[in-house]
Amino acid sequence: MPEMLYREALNQAMSEEMERDDRVFLMGEEVAEYNGAYKVSQGLLKKFGPKRVIDTPISEAGFTGLGIGAAMHGLRPIVEFMTWSFSLVTFDQIVNNAGQVRYMSGGQFSVPIVFRGCSGGGLRVGATHSHTPENWYAGVPALTVISPAFPDDAKGLLKSAIRSNNPVCFMENEKLYGFKGEVPEGDILVPIGKAKIRREGSDVTIVANSLSTHRALAAAEMLATEGIQAEVIDLRTIKPLDFPAIAESVSKTNRLIIVEENKPFCGWGAQVAYQVQRELFDELDAPVIRVTGLDAPQPYNSLLEDSLMPNEERIIAAVRESLA
Amino acid sequence: MQNSLMSTTKSNTKKSSINESSTKLLPQQSPQDRLDLLKQMLLIRRFEEKAAQAFQLKKILGFCHLYIGQEALAVGTISVLNPHDGVITAYRDHGHALARGMCPKACMAELFGKATGCSRGKGGSMHFFDAKRHFYGGHGIVGGQTPLGLGIAFSQKYKGDGGVTLCYLGDGAVNQGPFHEALNIAALWKLPIIYIVENNEWSMGTSLARSSAGLPLVNRAQAYDMAGIVANGMDVDDVRAKTAEAVHLARTESQPTLMEIKTYRYRGHSMSDPGTYRTKDEIEKYKQYDPILTYRSRLMDEGILDNPTFDQLDAEAQKISQEAHDFAEQSPEPALEEVWEDIFTPEDQVPPLEHPTRYHR
Repeated sequence: MPEMLYREALNQAMSEEMERDDRVFLMGEEVAEYNGAYKVSQGLLKKFGPKRVIDTPISEAGFTGLGIGAAMHGLRPIVEFMTWSFSLVTFDQIVNNAGQVRYMSGGQFSVPIVFRGCSGGGLRVGATHSHTPENWYAGVPALTVISPAFPDDAKGLLKSAIRSNNPVCFMENEKLYGFKGEVPEGDILVPIGKAKIRREGSDVTIVANSLSTHRALAAAEMLATEGIQAEVIDLRTIKPLDFPAIAESVSKTNRLIIVEENKPFCGWGAQVAYQVQRELFDELDAPVIRVTGLDAPQPYNSLLEDSLMPNEERIIAAVRESLA
Repeated sequence: MQNSLMSTTKSNTKKSSINESSTKLLPQQSPQDRLDLLKQMLLIRRFEEKAAQAFQLKKILGFCHLYIGQEALAVGTISVLNPHDGVITAYRDHGHALARGMCPKACMAELFGKATGCSRGKGGSMHFFDAKRHFYGGHGIVGGQTPLGLGIAFSQKYKGDGGVTLCYLGDGAVNQGPFHEALNIAALWKLPIIYIVENNEWSMGTSLARSSAGLPLVNRAQAYDMAGIVANGMDVDDVRAKTAEAVHLARTESQPTLMEIKTYRYRGHSMSDPGTYRTKDEIEKYKQYDPILTYRSRLMDEGILDNPTFDQLDAEAQKISQEAHDFAEQSPEPALEEVWEDIFTPEDQVPPLEHPTRYHR
């Protein structure tokens, strides 16, 4: 199976989907002539031309709204945010327009659009550029939120997102753009809303997403040296949540750790914990524990930022507490 | 700008009159066409009066922003469009919806929140939609629709379908950031869109003078090297002529225009607004330029209309509005299960999105 970088997998997904459907176009800051701030759109301008690969002014509300209007009129836009942190200046367009138009119109208008870009911390870029806003957008009923951890899912899920008839928030991770992994050849479509067991285990379940999946897997390897077998579930899609996958694993291990980079208050892990206690109360041998970003703004200093993010040390401590 | 049309209209702040260049853009109207404009304005006024009554009886809830006084603006602008052109507006949307030919019964039923409403009772007064008539809403957040209009125009150009888009906003919305982002992109990418500022002097209770620098508002077109056109919103013929110029520019040259159309709302910002910020004298002053009465006099001068015919047309508008009211009142409430409908568009290229628990069991 060929190996490729996470960013290359995303590039391939867009390229393939633009080839098969001329309603699909890409717009955003620096996506065309600069070939993408993170080179995710490398070569697409050359391949598809300026009609379909479009550099925008620094006007997130303007070009996000433009994408939504174009989707209402029948196109299938991909709107790139240089980072999801910049989506905050167009929160209204995403929430009130992409998120509500179908419902408010009694089902007359569809919004087949993908908003994508990188998110997450750990890059020493401070509080304004390090948001992990999965839970903010997952709070909007009509929005789908996807955050892949591996190149195969990055490609297969982005292709599915582009083919979806509904608005999708596709959150990549900057630290993963250079991650290399196997990607099956051909037209792969990973189903939206399906989690994947990335490591099997019987002692404790760890549910994670995006970069946190890699942290969870690293922690699981360390725990394995002590004979503790952790099952690591990569959610891949935050919403719709694949609760059956979580339930099956928790029913086996009877213990659950949730690793999420967003802040703790009303993070998506709180929803998972709620549903687990509601539906699997008798299966639990220990309280559910969440390992999240700390409830502080993202600091610039490396030591401070590393301590704030969910890391292997805190995941291992949570597992030990659960098993104690 | 590149042609004489622009130089005669750009930042023209004087009270406008039909000029020779614009009348050429419009086909000669038959007497029936002329009367149809009157009928539409009468329908909007009588519909809104009926809505006001129903609101006071608590049959309509929430917000209800009436269009009374501004009828010539929606009717005149929309009258020059082709059926597949796009229309998108803000929350004071009843007039545009009716002018676009939406069914008065479905509109009134929407105000009543009924299943037969134009948004199936889920949108309400501020969120009318009609896909068949290319009416893209009804949008509640001030200025939020201005980038959406851009997207419709972008898609029209991308597809090459020859369509243009009218995007309306109030004078209060001109100070929202997204509007400026939209103007910049419209001019930069030469999109076939006409932004129509309905300047009724008041953004809720704040006067134009207290909210906006750099008046007149049409001057904002200059910053983006866009055509700017001013029209008299109390005169349906002037509105038509000036809009025809802008539509022509959009359709033939794919150039955007910013129009400032001067108008006035007789009622409060919404039905909840007692309007204490302005004097009765001010309202009475504008009523002297009432768009329906002005047009009625003109049609009489032209020999197209007489008093009995006017009364008959007015009675028809009242009858249609009453029937719309009765239809709305008698229509069923949506079934409670409807709360789950219309959230997602069915999928046809990927498996359906599953939300097995709805997250709150």
